[in-house]
Amino acid sequence: MTTTDDRPTTTSPSRSAAPGAKGRRPWGRPALYTGYGQDMALLNTGAKKAALGVLMVLALLLPFVLEDDLLRLLATGAVLAIGAIGLNLVTGYAGQVSLGHAFFLGIGAYTAAVVSGETGDEDLYGFGITFLPVWLLAGGAMAALVGLVVSPLASRLRGLYLAIVTLGLVFLGEHVFREWDAVTGGVGVGRPAADPVLFGVDLSRSTASFSADQQLYLLMTGLLVLFALLGRNIARSAIGRSFAAVRDRDIAAEVTGVDVRKAKRLAFVISGFYAGCAGALLYSISGYLDPSSFGLLVSVQFVAMVLIGGVATISGSIMGAYFIAILPRLTRELPEYLPFLSSSATEFPNVFQVETLLYGLLIVAFLIFEPRGLFGVWVRARNYWKSWPFSY
Amino acid sequence: MRDVLLTTIRGLGFGSVYAMLAVSFVIIYKSSKVISFAQPALMLAGAVLVSYLAGPVGFYLAVPLAALGIAALGLGLERTTIRPMIGRPVFVVAIITLGLDIAIRVVVNVFIGTDVRNVGDPWGLDTVSVAGLPIQERYIAMVVVLVVVVGALFAFFRYSRYGLAMRAASLDQETALVQGVSVGAMTALSWAMAGGLAAVAGAFVGAGGGVDQSTWVIALKALPAIIIGGLDSIEGAVVGGLLVGVVESFFATYQGEYLPWLGQNFSLVSPYVLLLVVLLVKPYGLFGTREVERV
Repeated sequence: MTTTDDRPTTTSPSRSAAPGAKGRRPWGRPALYTGYGQDMALLNTGAKKAALGVLMVLALLLPFVLEDDLLRLLATGAVLAIGAIGLNLVTGYAGQVSLGHAFFLGIGAYTAAVVSGETGDEDLYGFGITFLPVWLLAGGAMAALVGLVVSPLASRLRGLYLAIVTLGLVFLGEHVFREWDAVTGGVGVGRPAADPVLFGVDLSRSTASFSADQQLYLLMTGLLVLFALLGRNIARSAIGRSFAAVRDRDIAAEVTGVDVRKAKRLAFVISGFYAGCAGALLYSISGYLDPSSFGLLVSVQFVAMVLIGGVATISGSIMGAYFIAILPRLTRELPEYLPFLSSSATEFPNVFQVETLLYGLLIVAFLIFEPRGLFGVWVRARNYWKSWPFSY
Repeated sequence: MRDVLLTTIRGLGFGSVYAMLAVSFVIIYKSSKVISFAQPALMLAGAVLVSYLAGPVGFYLAVPLAALGIAALGLGLERTTIRPMIGRPVFVVAIITLGLDIAIRVVVNVFIGTDVRNVGDPWGLDTVSVAGLPIQERYIAMVVVLVVVVGALFAFFRYSRYGLAMRAASLDQETALVQGVSVGAMTALSWAMAGGLAAVAGAFVGAGGGVDQSTWVIALKALPAIIIGGLDSIEGAVVGGLLVGVVESFFATYQGEYLPWLGQNFSLVSPYVLLLVVLLVKPYGLFGTREVERV
């Protein structure tokens, strides 16, 4: 009979000798991890390193190949991806369902617009600081602050109660945006969004060597890389693990020493920061900001990005965001192939309806048939080729 | 005093509609433990169906027909999209209903077009004088319908076999299965009932003003109502709905005068403020069951 005494001791025999992230991997054994640090490393396989390098080079080459309007679309996609990463951190990693992302987006957009707005206008606040990092961080910080104010609700409420409260926030936010003319310009009037000025160059205007869209594409893609790295690092650090613990079982998390309130608060603050930055950048592409553009549909679009891309994955959020950004463009092409569709908004059926219909149906279809989203599709494809020609 | 009374009556009238919608949310919640964000679309679909049927068969026959039609739609939704998701996290199911809502609304909007559609109700904005007060007939109709519908629902849940089976399935699915209750059929029935209820509410949302593409937002006001009342309590939903209606009505009448800095049309978002206030004090609503969790 075995007794508990027969079991090998589970205390770590050589804690100090356990290789950390810096420990060398044995050569020729790509799938062998000899330490937790290696497993959790940012790029834990050689394939990932190579793929990232290739993607970076491609991203840098694209602006010299693609048309300007496509570049603008990709720039928008990059900004949406920043927002989607933020939503994924709070909803995917920390499990706090938020339908209020549009609200945080709006706060970021208006804070940035006010910081960067022209001074001296009596009807419209403005501080005249057009330097991009300043208004970007201001937008993010203000949204993070609001996230902090809202987070006590999250620590008191669970699940669907929280979803509905955040939905209420969107309606309250829309009301404030409509009524606070001095900040938002009012319905139908709007105000100019923040100017993306970096070291004295307004990136939204074409310069001698680059067009405006090329500059914006490079700027937004660069920022996306920064924010994605930050998000990935948050997700794989102690903070991210505490998020996952809260999501999977908050009581168990509390028992194992995770401060649940703090984790939820942090999740909302970080998500608010991402959303604020995304809001600030999103409208600096189009240059114009209308108070009615932060409704429930925007929140739903972000939820769709997260779900279609892949819950609790950073790369999934990015894939989902690009997918949603390109979707309208794809549906615009539909009338050529489906002649009964109209491209005019006043006729039925038209492409705008198809677009909205697709948001809805894609959410439903992905949740039923591919719950892990595009990331899941990728994982399956990868696993297939990993073991090819064997089936498993 | 006269103003206060009229404001209250208007609030109770619209509150009755919110209460009906709230009850439809609660019925689904009790059977599937999920908040169906598809209810706004079902409500809109119901109202539009009434507006098409009222011409040929008259309003009084159109409402029950539309309720049956939307009940069938609710049944179909449950069968095709909710049933495969049994056992998955409720959040996922809630988001599915959100997707359904968007998709259904697009289709319904095609039938609405760009105009306001009249639902063909017999009341319009006519008033009847009660004790010297000019009360709109439609408010009376709304309250009467709420009383009838909720009374019928209570009787159904209390005295009929199916009602008993639904309560059993809601209380504990496995035990209900052991007792011979078809839990699947009860879930389907609850979605059908909620659909029918949403359609009736839709008809009365349209009474007096008609429906257009933005009418669906009204159904979301039932969300504060159910949260205030507690997600799993039909009584709570009724009280919450009436409360939301009255609060909204009072803000509509008096906020411009006393709290002008809140901006125009603040009454439309006042239910959400009420929601935040109630939840900060009582996190499970006024009548909700406190979630007790075993570790």
